[in-house]
Amino acid sequence: MQISGCLLMGSETIIDLENLSKSFGKIQAVNQVSLKVKKGMIYGLLGPNGAGKSTTIRMICGVLKPSSGTATIDGLDIYKDSERIKARIGYMSQKFSLYDDLTVLENLKFFASIYGIYGKERNERITQLIEMAGISGREHQLAGQLSGGWKQRLALGCALIHKPSILILDEPTAGVDPVARRIFWELIFKLAAQGITVLVTTHYMDEAESCDRVAFVFNGTVIAEGTPKDMIAAIGARNLEDVFIDHVEKTTGQSVMSSFQDLRFLTESNEVSQELASKEAQSSKGGGTRE
Amino acid sequence: MNSKRFFSVVWKEFLHIFRDPPSVVMSLMMPIIFTVVFGFAVTTDVNHIPMAILDNDHTTESRTLTEKFMNADYFVLKAAVNNQHEIETLMDQGKIKAALLIPSGYSRDLQKGLKPESLLIIDGTDPTIARTALQYGTLISNVYQMTKTNGQFQLPQMKTRVWYNPNLESSKFIVPGLIGLIMQNITIMLTAFSMVREKEKGTIEQLMVSPLRPWELILGKMVPYVIIGSIDFLIALIFGTWLFHVPIKGSIGLLLILGFGFVICSLAIGMLISTKASNQLQAMQIAFMTILPSVLLSGFMFPRESMPKIIYWIGNVIPLTYFLNILRGIILKGVDITAIWQDVMWVSIIGSVLLILAITRYHKRLD
Repeated sequence: MQISGCLLMGSETIIDLENLSKSFGKIQAVNQVSLKVKKGMIYGLLGPNGAGKSTTIRMICGVLKPSSGTATIDGLDIYKDSERIKARIGYMSQKFSLYDDLTVLENLKFFASIYGIYGKERNERITQLIEMAGISGREHQLAGQLSGGWKQRLALGCALIHKPSILILDEPTAGVDPVARRIFWELIFKLAAQGITVLVTTHYMDEAESCDRVAFVFNGTVIAEGTPKDMIAAIGARNLEDVFIDHVEKTTGQSVMSSFQDLRFLTESNEVSQELASKEAQSSKGGGTRE
Repeated sequence: MNSKRFFSVVWKEFLHIFRDPPSVVMSLMMPIIFTVVFGFAVTTDVNHIPMAILDNDHTTESRTLTEKFMNADYFVLKAAVNNQHEIETLMDQGKIKAALLIPSGYSRDLQKGLKPESLLIIDGTDPTIARTALQYGTLISNVYQMTKTNGQFQLPQMKTRVWYNPNLESSKFIVPGLIGLIMQNITIMLTAFSMVREKEKGTIEQLMVSPLRPWELILGKMVPYVIIGSIDFLIALIFGTWLFHVPIKGSIGLLLILGFGFVICSLAIGMLISTKASNQLQAMQIAFMTILPSVLLSGFMFPRESMPKIIYWIGNVIPLTYFLNILRGIILKGVDITAIWQDVMWVSIIGSVLLILAITRYHKRLD
């Protein structure tokens, strides 16, 4: 999975977030996040559930209003030009938000028309997108009857129909089988190679390693940022997952493994599990890196 | 402003509706079922009150009095009993609602020109029935005694005329209101779910990141339901007036135009619920919270004039209140716009406010 779009990457910053924050009541979902994404780049946002990745993405898309901070998307201010930004962003949410009771073709037609694409142009684009997504022959099938992989690629098609310069994907491969995941990422690489900037959130570290740059988001803050290679090299880790866990442990001052010790009620009456627990306790005393 | 985006929402909503045939059938069957069921059930006419007779006189006169009671449609003889204890038992069991006691000596007193005494016992649990029994029982007995004593009473004559519904049939009063109520309920329910479904599926986010404007989405979503709601109004109108013999005295054209306006007003209520609720259960609950007061406070059944001032004022903000005046005005009284223009004005004002609220409440933002 290493055919990344580095060649076409420009120096032009297309997504520029500065100290962007968002709070819901007392909960600080995103805390002073600053990011720079260059044109044609595949940028990965990594972090556990509830870290603030989706909230950050929703602010970029104009669905949530930031509490503070500034951001420009393709040179446009997210406070003033949110409607113009919307025309330049293709967004695919976690749930592959399609209309299950509409056919493949009807979904594509609907999303085309709400972006103001009609007639011959619309039909041409739909034909190309159906081909790209590999859903030829299924145009008249209801979207709800498609399997995870087809649905995902149809959602991608709907997100691309208005020729966005930025593609934002929120956990695009959640719940999709490995083959479909591979096909999907091949598509993403091709799109990036054509100059489309991709911002993607993911839990899969193999996906993260094929991004041009990644940022680790934890508790609403960016705790580390850089190219996957540099980040692995910097701490001499095996892979990105170890880097991630290392950063989380440093930030919280706590071992990731230690939390399992707390569940003493599970192990108390069971000798075998007690042994396991004591082993775990030892390994966590030995330091967080597991190396 | 982009009418193409608006029409693509309309087209999409129609597809949703057509892909779900059971709900189409339901929304068209509901006015028929509701009109029939409620039209027959909701009535304030009281007749056939079950009663018992305890005749201790056993004379022609006492038997004639009994017959007079039975000849009027208001009472029906359930039992002829022999003692007062039986009356108590029957009354307790709810088998009779009234009992007539004729003491011995009734006929003698009547012939002597004395005031003969008889007793009418009434079950007062349901005041509507009790009031009718009381009025007609007294009337029957007095008239009978008057004829027997050769009518010595000389009362000043007052002629009466009852307008619009001379036979005081409650169906004439209920059916026009029922048409409005049914239409309101169906249309509120239809739209209350439309936006919530998008929230539950997550498709709302996809719409929010698009250039689609709030009014294009909200109005576009309403169009198919305006059509369904208008068809429902027509069905309820035809069915109600035909089945219950309620002729439309006024202009049918005016009625249809104003009915169309009221459909939009009710849809706006549903849409407002839909923008506020975050799931279908909530939408259902809010819809019921809106529908129930409109049944009780609009004057559909209970006269608003006798309500406490505060309750009366609450009734004033319910659009159905005004639409009932419009319906009853046109159907029963045969009035034209000059008599109901104030009601038309209020429905329009409330409808516009609700619609604007629904559109502005949908911010294109999740927070």
